[in-house]
Amino acid sequence: MTALNTQSATFEYVVRLADNCLVLGHRLSEWCGKGPILEEDIALINISLDLVGRARSLYAYAATLNDKYTTEDHLAYRRDVKEFRNSLLLEQPNGDYAQTILRSYLYDVFSMLQLQQLIKSKDQTIAGISEKSIKEVTYHLEHSRQWLYRLGDGTEESHQRMELALKNLWRFSGNLFEKNEVDDVLMKEGIAFDIAQLKPEWLAIIEKDFALANLKVPENMFSQTGNLQGVHTEHLGYLLAEMQFLQRAYPDAVWD
Amino acid sequence: MENQSNQGILWEVFIQANAGIPHKHAGSLHAPDAKIALMNARDVYTRRSEGMSIWVVPSNAITASSPEEAGSFFEPSNDKPYRHPTFYKVPEGVKYL
Repeated sequence: MTALNTQSATFEYVVRLADNCLVLGHRLSEWCGKGPILEEDIALINISLDLVGRARSLYAYAATLNDKYTTEDHLAYRRDVKEFRNSLLLEQPNGDYAQTILRSYLYDVFSMLQLQQLIKSKDQTIAGISEKSIKEVTYHLEHSRQWLYRLGDGTEESHQRMELALKNLWRFSGNLFEKNEVDDVLMKEGIAFDIAQLKPEWLAIIEKDFALANLKVPENMFSQTGNLQGVHTEHLGYLLAEMQFLQRAYPDAVWD
Repeated sequence: MENQSNQGILWEVFIQANAGIPHKHAGSLHAPDAKIALMNARDVYTRRSEGMSIWVVPSNAITASSPEEAGSFFEPSNDKPYRHPTFYKVPEGVKYL
């Protein structure tokens, strides 16, 4: 990587924020037409649209900060796996409803705390998009949290499924709090903040909710990283293959 | 109709479009409990800014008139046109009448 200046670091940072939204948004969209009940199908797709909408705003901004990817679509559809910076948590497959809910819940708590910091960013665009997103995420968190309670503390089967989801997902959640030289540059400018400092608060909220959901935070579990270097689990490649197919097969295709 | 299934309880949804006007029946949905019913109602019935307040009511809490009683319930008023306030002029600017 060439030396980072404020603009190139901001580009990296905004893309990182956007990738989280796009990848989770796409995962949730995979439930379209397949939700456990009609009402939840609609709820998930609403949330998916919020996330893709936020990704779009962020990519549009990022496109103005670099010369290689000049539109939001190029950023979403023309980057390969190694250029994506989303958390490994969000690319994990939907699994059953317990896994989908838990994945969203762990991210929603994180996202809420992150946005509460980002609205104070010295970068006006980041602050503005974050301000708008907080209302959306407040609802996302309420949705995933209420289902976390009901599945975790529901029937024997729902509880078991929630525990299995926790076993599958927990090791991918730690990397939400990773940072690199991009953060160092932007923290000095007051554009980014120290993401690692959010972890104790994130954990405290989760412990409180887990107690109500009859679940336990896993202890000393291995935490997998790599996303900030573009090293992902095998699932992201399949996700992108499907999501990017049209633009890869027919570059610059438009509705006619 | 069966009210309890593996989809949860059936709920009736009432939406208030603006302050000061009545909540109107919008439809029904399934949910395991009131809290989730309210969230589902928000997602199913207010996605296009249809409302500013929502009520959800368990369908089995509603007592409905039965079709067999329709005759004795409603027909006696058919021949009493004087009960309709059609002889008054409604002032312009009165909404929601």
